[in-house]
Amino acid sequence: MHADERLNDANFPEHPEKATLEGKNKFLGFWLFLGGETVLFATLFGTYLGLRHMNMDGPTTEELFKLPTVFLATMLLLTSSLTSVYAVLALKQNRVRNLQGWFLVTLLLGLGFLGLEVYEFMEYVHEGHTFTSSAFGSAFYTLVGFHGGHVAFGCLWIITLLVRNWNRGITLVNAPKYYLFALYWHFVDVVWVFIFTVVYLMGKVG
Amino acid sequence: MSTHASHTKRSGLMDWLTTVDHKKIGILYLIAGGFFFIIGGIEAMLMRIQLIKPENDFVAAETFNQLLTMHGTTMIFFAAMPLIFAFMNAVVPLQIGARDVAFPFVNALGFWLFFFGGVLLNLSWLLGGAPDAGWTAYAPLSTTSGGPGVDFYVLGIQISGIGTLIGGINFLVTIINMRAPGMTFMRMPLFTWTAFVTSGLILFAFPPLTIGLFMLSFDRVFDANFFNPDNGGNILIWEHIFWIFGHPEVYILILPSFGAISEVVATFSRKRLFGYSAMVFATVLIGFLGFMVWVHHMFTVGLGPVANSIFAVATMAIAVPTGVKIFNWLFTMWGGRIVFSTAMLWAVGFIPTFVMGGVTGVMLAIPSADYQFHDSYFVVAHFHYVIVGGVILGLFAGLYYWYPRMFNRVLNETLGKIHFWTFFIGFHLTFFPQHFLGLMGMPRRVFTYLSGQQLDQLNFISSIGAFLMAIGTIVLFINIIISASKKYAPSSDPWNGRTLEWAIPYPTPEYNFAQTPLVRGLDAYWIEKTAGNKGMTPAEPVGDIHMPNPSILPLFMSIGLFIAALGLIYNHMTVTIMGIVATFICMFLRSIIDDHGFHIHKEEVEADLKGVKE
Repeated sequence: MHADERLNDANFPEHPEKATLEGKNKFLGFWLFLGGETVLFATLFGTYLGLRHMNMDGPTTEELFKLPTVFLATMLLLTSSLTSVYAVLALKQNRVRNLQGWFLVTLLLGLGFLGLEVYEFMEYVHEGHTFTSSAFGSAFYTLVGFHGGHVAFGCLWIITLLVRNWNRGITLVNAPKYYLFALYWHFVDVVWVFIFTVVYLMGKVG
Repeated sequence: MSTHASHTKRSGLMDWLTTVDHKKIGILYLIAGGFFFIIGGIEAMLMRIQLIKPENDFVAAETFNQLLTMHGTTMIFFAAMPLIFAFMNAVVPLQIGARDVAFPFVNALGFWLFFFGGVLLNLSWLLGGAPDAGWTAYAPLSTTSGGPGVDFYVLGIQISGIGTLIGGINFLVTIINMRAPGMTFMRMPLFTWTAFVTSGLILFAFPPLTIGLFMLSFDRVFDANFFNPDNGGNILIWEHIFWIFGHPEVYILILPSFGAISEVVATFSRKRLFGYSAMVFATVLIGFLGFMVWVHHMFTVGLGPVANSIFAVATMAIAVPTGVKIFNWLFTMWGGRIVFSTAMLWAVGFIPTFVMGGVTGVMLAIPSADYQFHDSYFVVAHFHYVIVGGVILGLFAGLYYWYPRMFNRVLNETLGKIHFWTFFIGFHLTFFPQHFLGLMGMPRRVFTYLSGQQLDQLNFISSIGAFLMAIGTIVLFINIIISASKKYAPSSDPWNGRTLEWAIPYPTPEYNFAQTPLVRGLDAYWIEKTAGNKGMTPAEPVGDIHMPNPSILPLFMSIGLFIAALGLIYNHMTVTIMGIVATFICMFLRSIIDDHGFHIHKEEVEADLKGVKE
């Protein structure tokens, strides 16, 4: 069978994302990459923890953060992780329209999250909390911004994947690609859970 | 569909710019790494000429700062790293019986990112002054350094660091997923094991560097305050992040050298490596402990006796697995029929030299003593004993050993031995006196010293030694040039090798193995030899071989980032955005263009097999 052939229910493998050597390599390579990404964010978290009280003349974390907005953003992102799970379930059942639908919802939720983050950053800048105002500002925008950058990159990625494969069904070539995107999206989501806890909740009560 | 399209052979320059073949990428790494090694060497020579006599004015103090920064940065990131990747590329897929690495495209991208990072860094000499804050770029020296020098440092390393990271992931996946049938983990040659552990270290050590460099560049370019105490920043964060990367980096460099030494010692002692499993365990343990010791670079910072003691003990613990390795090499040689080829000379020279570096390492690991040694020439002597006496001697052993596999020619043994003796004697002449210079109080990174402080003689000896090392290196290049004019070596197995890379005919076919070999134990090729077989037992019938297509995109992606970096350095944000967009377009193209590679047909493989003479 050709790797680029649309799979049907008869020849559909149990794990289409790992059915070829290329798929296996991508799967393992991406997990390793996420291991590196974990260290990358750990470094950012460590720096943030070291500098979060260095707000100088600017507002403190308690004055600054507004939990309702952040909670809404969290809900959007967590839900998007759930919808990407539905997309991967559809992938394993060879239901391509279903997969596309759930990934579209994922994308919209991701874009909603980004919109809220941009709004939030604009509010903070308005209140005198900028990238250059203090070490706290630098550390905050770098950590949260790196995460936001990851969300933005994920949005571009899923748009590319969906458009390119819109009429191609599920194949042994694109199945690993869909699957890896979902992995990436979960990772970005997990990082956000830590940001929500370490930056926002600890900023309110710490 | 492109899968069955017959492959078009590209020729000349285009072939090298678009190649995704690990063997060619290995050669590219070797040439580029060799080039930067020469540049770093010239910088070292200029410094030694300046220090040959007291109160010399050969170079100005500012230039000296740039020289010492560029020497360290170039040698670590753009000479030692690519030379290691050269051998990993050239050897690891062959040693595990694979046809290529897991991600050939990513492999090419890794090379080009490294290359343009190195070019960017070295352009600083021509474009407004090289970085001058030391290879460690401690803040606030690095954040306040005038001119664009440190920006070149940050962005050059950032770009090449991405290349290193994806290279590391590539080799991890290759070694885990692409081993030939029967090649279990505990049958892998030791060089492959060290490449594996080194790749793991790269994966976890380079991301902190990435972030540290981001912060440093944000501080310099966008007025962030990470390392600016006036605005709440903390300079210690840079030191921690740098050494959380920097110490594992030392093991990233030394482990593949250990691997090369293990192969060379076993081959030229005509014995199985003594204590193979202990060697594997020691490699993994060194890799693990390498992450636990970074504070020993910061003993004098003042983190307190508890922190210093913990890191001191952890540091000393690394001497144990390293000692295991030293003794295993000695026991491998013990009772062996030793052949003192050039490669073996380097390996034998390596052992006592590296032990000396290890001993001074344990001395430095004692915090109270370190207060005396810190920032003196004693430290300079120590790390040159482990980096040159360890990494570079191991790489030279590997170069003479694997040169026939990479270039189908043997390097001249007589010239090789001249290279060894001049370089080896020159090395000890250069760096042994520096221990005493340090103990006598000469600080590192000073551009001159006063006469009448008993520093004159030892500095003079040290500089003479440096010239001897330079002569040795010139002999090596003469050797390489002569070998290029020679015909192929008579045998594809000139050393009577033990591992799979020697089971392949000359010249190495594009697909490495016509049939994937069946591995029946450690030293797979040696087992077949002792069983009286002519070659490896194949694990599959002759068939079509799938190959990846060459691509120009890795080159363009790297050029995009190179342009973006220049834009950042000169504050032209439009240029930066254009460069980044160019890179993203290349990534986009890579994503949307179906590239299934091509097949080398069974008939071609059979024809190749017939054409091969024993």
